[in-house]
Amino acid sequence: MSKRLRHYIDLILVLTDKEMKLRYKSSILGYLWSIGHPLALALVFFVAFKVVMKIQMDNYALFLICGLFPWQWFQNSVTVSPTLFLNNASIIKKVNFPRNIIPFVSVLQDMIHFILSILVIAGFMLAYRKAPSVAWIYGIPVLLVIQFLTAYGASLFIASINLFFRDLERLTTIFMTLLFYFTPVIYPVSMVPDKYKFYVNLNPLGPLMISWRGLFLEGKLETQTVSIAMLYAVLFCALGSFVYKKLSVRFGEIL
Amino acid sequence: MNENAIVFDRVSKSYPLYHHIIGGIKRFIFNLPGAIKAIKTSRYEALNDVSFEIRKGETVGVIGRNGAGKSTTLGLIAGVMQCTSGRLTVNGRVAPLLELGAGFNHELTGRENIMLNAVLLGLNISEVKERIESIVEFSELGDFIDQPIRVYSSGMLARLGFSVAAHLNFEILLVDEVLGVGDQQFQKKCYDKIIEAKKSGMTIVFVSHSMPEIERVCGRVIWIENHTVKRIGETKEVVTAYLKAQENNG
Ligand SMILES: Nc1ncnc2c1ncn2[C@@H]1O[C@H](COP(=O)(O)OP(=O)(O)OP(=O)(O)O)[C@@H](O)[C@H]1O
Ligand SMILES: [Mg+2]
Repeated sequence: MSKRLRHYIDLILVLTDKEMKLRYKSSILGYLWSIGHPLALALVFFVAFKVVMKIQMDNYALFLICGLFPWQWFQNSVTVSPTLFLNNASIIKKVNFPRNIIPFVSVLQDMIHFILSILVIAGFMLAYRKAPSVAWIYGIPVLLVIQFLTAYGASLFIASINLFFRDLERLTTIFMTLLFYFTPVIYPVSMVPDKYKFYVNLNPLGPLMISWRGLFLEGKLETQTVSIAMLYAVLFCALGSFVYKKLSVRFGEIL
Repeated sequence: MNENAIVFDRVSKSYPLYHHIIGGIKRFIFNLPGAIKAIKTSRYEALNDVSFEIRKGETVGVIGRNGAGKSTTLGLIAGVMQCTSGRLTVNGRVAPLLELGAGFNHELTGRENIMLNAVLLGLNISEVKERIESIVEFSELGDFIDQPIRVYSSGMLARLGFSVAAHLNFEILLVDEVLGVGDQQFQKKCYDKIIEAKKSGMTIVFVSHSMPEIERVCGRVIWIENHTVKRIGETKEVVTAYLKAQENNG
């Protein structure tokens, strides 16, 4: 292995370790937190829509779980992004290293939590007498890569911009709440009125979330939907990297 | 052996005064023309047309009054900032020892910070593991090494910082007046280490307000005033001129 690559891996390991320690104090707690939050949300929506409003859907709890876990990963990655560079000011100002590795590590960590939480999804499937499908073997890695790129691009973009305009934190939270309800996570696309269906594809998270649920519930990946999701991932990544490249030479003096 | 380690060729560095945009994106957008003009015009010139060369293996002092631009010079060498104009060449890996606690995270323990800092600076985990015991031993922090560094005193932070930087064995060492807070015994240990590093051929750039220390370690001195090089030459000569200028000023 080349020395350079070895060093990148070590950087990622050390920074992941640091984030785990700082954010959760221990890796077990971090994992429990990453499952607990979407489960709590699932419970809330189940009570609101199934118990109270009596939505006409079978297995609604399972449906919620399959959508909320991947969504929560994206949401976590984006919500922490404004503070990523700010919280690492003391190392960015004094040590020269590739700074984009900080968002990279942050998203990677959320991804690892998500991967571990797939076990919970599989558990719920079994409880509903459904078997995980063989398609998961290739489907999960494909969607992981797409979502990683999307979240990394968004995180890099927001983290960089926020050094210059320090008020993105609240804007990001509001934006993510809007995006959540405009994305088919707690409702299926089939319930979206026909005249609005087109707009689901304009939402960068729409095709991705639909693909995750299709894969988990039916073991299906639609090429078209996945391609659109991939397109958004590449766009996000390109935009994030472009902005980072333009702004990163100024990080040291603005912090 | 006559190669240069660091070359500043007409380097200028100006800081944009960003406060108007740090006010937030809302203010920026509602006040767009004014904000764009302010970015372009309100800059603070910290270094202006600075040129010097430092050869490999030299130990060079940098002196000057507060705000003269010494830390800016070291920041440029360390690569954490880029110059606005001119050309800057650095040959070799740089071990920067800038401010107190720089490059450390205050919630992590001393030991965790050694690992984080050394890997950020370019070592591999295995290389750090080989050295960590000698770093800890050199720092003499005892049981505090496993405490979060926010409970450290300034002297203890200086110990940790110097111990890491000195054990990296990089070609260039930058020291920005952090040793002043160490106690007598540790300062002596640091200067011994610096002299040892000097003998082994390391290039050292040393910022300090303590002229005796400058005279003790440095072969040459750069005196920065009004954001540019006022004088550069033999230690004795530049320090004498500098002290004289200080006296005349008041
Ligand atoms: N990030 C920054 N943004 C704006 N101005 C800055 C920044 N860093 C330094 N300056 C300004 O640049 C000038 C030079 O600062 P520098 O820190 O290099 O001084 P110094 O010679 O190290 O002083 P001291 O002896 O007090 O450490 C100062 O006037 C300072 O206010
Ligand atoms: Mg300074």
